[in-house]
Amino acid sequence: MPVAEPLVRLTAVAAPLLRDNIDTDIIIPSREMKTVGKTGLADGLFAGWRYQAPGSREPDPDFVLNQPAYRHARVLLTGANVGCGSSREHAAWALAEWGFRAVVAPSFNPIFLGNVVRNGIAPVKLPMEVVATLAGTVTLDLEAMTLTGPDGAVHRFALDAEARAMLLEGLDAIDLTLKLRPAIEAWREADRGQRPWVYG
Amino acid sequence: MASLFEKIWSHHVVAAIDDATALIAIDRVFLHERTGSVALKSLAEAGRPVVDPGRVFATMDHIVSTRPGRGDATEMPGGTAFITETRDAARAAGINLFDVTDRDQGIVHVVSPELGIVLPGLTLVCPDSHTCTQGAMGALAWGIGSTEAEHALATGTLRVTKPKTMRVTVEGRLAPGVTAKDLALHLIARFGAAGGVDHAVEYAGEAVRALPMEARLTLCNMATEFGAFTGLIAPDAVTFDYLKGRRHAPAGAVWDAAVAQWQGLVSDNGSMFHVEHAISANEVVPMVSWGTSVQQSVAVDGRVPDDAATRSLEYMGLEAGQAVAGLPVTGAFIGSCTNSRLSDLERAAAIVRGRRVADGVRALVVPGSQAVKRAAEAAGLDRVFVEAGFEWRESGCSLCFYAGGESFGPRERVISSTNRNFESRQGPGTRTHIASPETVAASAIAGKIADARDYARG
Repeated sequence: MPVAEPLVRLTAVAAPLLRDNIDTDIIIPSREMKTVGKTGLADGLFAGWRYQAPGSREPDPDFVLNQPAYRHARVLLTGANVGCGSSREHAAWALAEWGFRAVVAPSFNPIFLGNVVRNGIAPVKLPMEVVATLAGTVTLDLEAMTLTGPDGAVHRFALDAEARAMLLEGLDAIDLTLKLRPAIEAWREADRGQRPWVYG
Repeated sequence: MASLFEKIWSHHVVAAIDDATALIAIDRVFLHERTGSVALKSLAEAGRPVVDPGRVFATMDHIVSTRPGRGDATEMPGGTAFITETRDAARAAGINLFDVTDRDQGIVHVVSPELGIVLPGLTLVCPDSHTCTQGAMGALAWGIGSTEAEHALATGTLRVTKPKTMRVTVEGRLAPGVTAKDLALHLIARFGAAGGVDHAVEYAGEAVRALPMEARLTLCNMATEFGAFTGLIAPDAVTFDYLKGRRHAPAGAVWDAAVAQWQGLVSDNGSMFHVEHAISANEVVPMVSWGTSVQQSVAVDGRVPDDAATRSLEYMGLEAGQAVAGLPVTGAFIGSCTNSRLSDLERAAAIVRGRRVADGVRALVVPGSQAVKRAAEAAGLDRVFVEAGFEWRESGCSLCFYAGGESFGPRERVISSTNRNFESRQGPGTRTHIASPETVAASAIAGKIADARDYARG
């Protein structure tokens, strides 16, 4: 069962939001998480920065995603430690619903990194001096593990084989894991003998 | 030779997925109504059962009202649906639920240690970034997303990329009036909010071993603000004394067997870490944040740095070089999974007793759990706070963050015992300074950011 459209190769506009420590409250404020579900969140994406005032829907023309060149961006460029703060997966859901398929940053908060992979968004780790050159049209190739910048420079990046496979195939990890059920049950059986208090 | 992290990790490896990733057995899953409701609902819609509901727990903490006499109604528009849907889904799945009016209700990271749900050597996950709090018990506890929570519920495992390891050794003893919160802020100010990214951080050294259990929980709570995968502390007699007799902790001969095994949960001499930091406890002083990232913190008698980021200064209404002490506050909040335990309230009450909150300051105390609230009331702490002019609330996350209902006001300057000073965290435009409960208490009395040491008695 695919959870997201497979992501193999993408040529798209990359929008620069080059600040460090962009937290998930900024990506989607808590007040914008209005329903018990994973959809309807793109409207609240970056609400605190994207709109003129809290609660308003009047675009702030200075915010990068409101600028004509970046309105259809599908790659987001940020500073270090992107996605820090709350574990809310709504941040990844909002980015995915907007249409983002990649976030490029020098480092990622680990919970956020897991969340974007599980929602079809590639986390691309590149040094800040490279990220700073990428605003414009870029090409992401997950088979070759390269990102080609607007200047034609090709940057290689690393990604766990697991994360890469999930993105390439749009896989549901639960189905994959359930194939390992015999190993899981064997582990539990052995553990029950060693740590009976875990099972109360 | 293995580190504490390595011991817990290697015990829980069910299968290797690739060089970096393993399938890790999960011993406990904790959910709350804000993100757990999504996971339970999505799982049920996919027709997948919870594999072992007896080891899954849920509480109502994030958006539940903390007003006296509360029920399912929340301050947040539409918030009631999160509560009722979590309740329905939890009952249908057969998991353990601490409902709105239960005597065990409270913030997940307060309730779980309190009831002995988290134990040394366990793996525990929750769709909440502050799950690292529970690493203080010598457990491997970390925050996940809702989709990962579904995976843990459906399979009893998670696919986890192995983090690197870091040890932070704190030599010597913290001075009187310097708390675990100050130590956490000191570390993050020194090494940066990304200083722990991709690492499981073990806190060690004399100062850490000297911390009581609740202070250790505070220290590990802030590991996520350090960017870390998790924080953890080797269990010892302090841990075992805390856990003994708690409801979900083992008893009798099983307790003895468990303790015998838990005593091996230490980093062996000569363990290797990817990064080692050593700091001296006597460098640590009471801290307060001035900006909009936790790393923007200074000594309470310090100044905003001369090279401070313009955007943070503008948001906070400050200027470079300005003294932090003396900044007028109109809000004071004591609570959150960082600092809402009985000892936090006791230390704050010791400052507040016999004094009054300054005119124009709205001050609140929100106990972390119903058990904390009962214990505080039995000790008369509620009267101390109320007589001083604080509001005394029901337990929950409350004004640690703004979920769309109750908040502090725009441009209002607030001193808070919580863990995040992000833009609009406590309300649109609200300016949050984070600090220890005693610093919050002293500042509420003074009406401005104050050094609690000036208010300590004998």
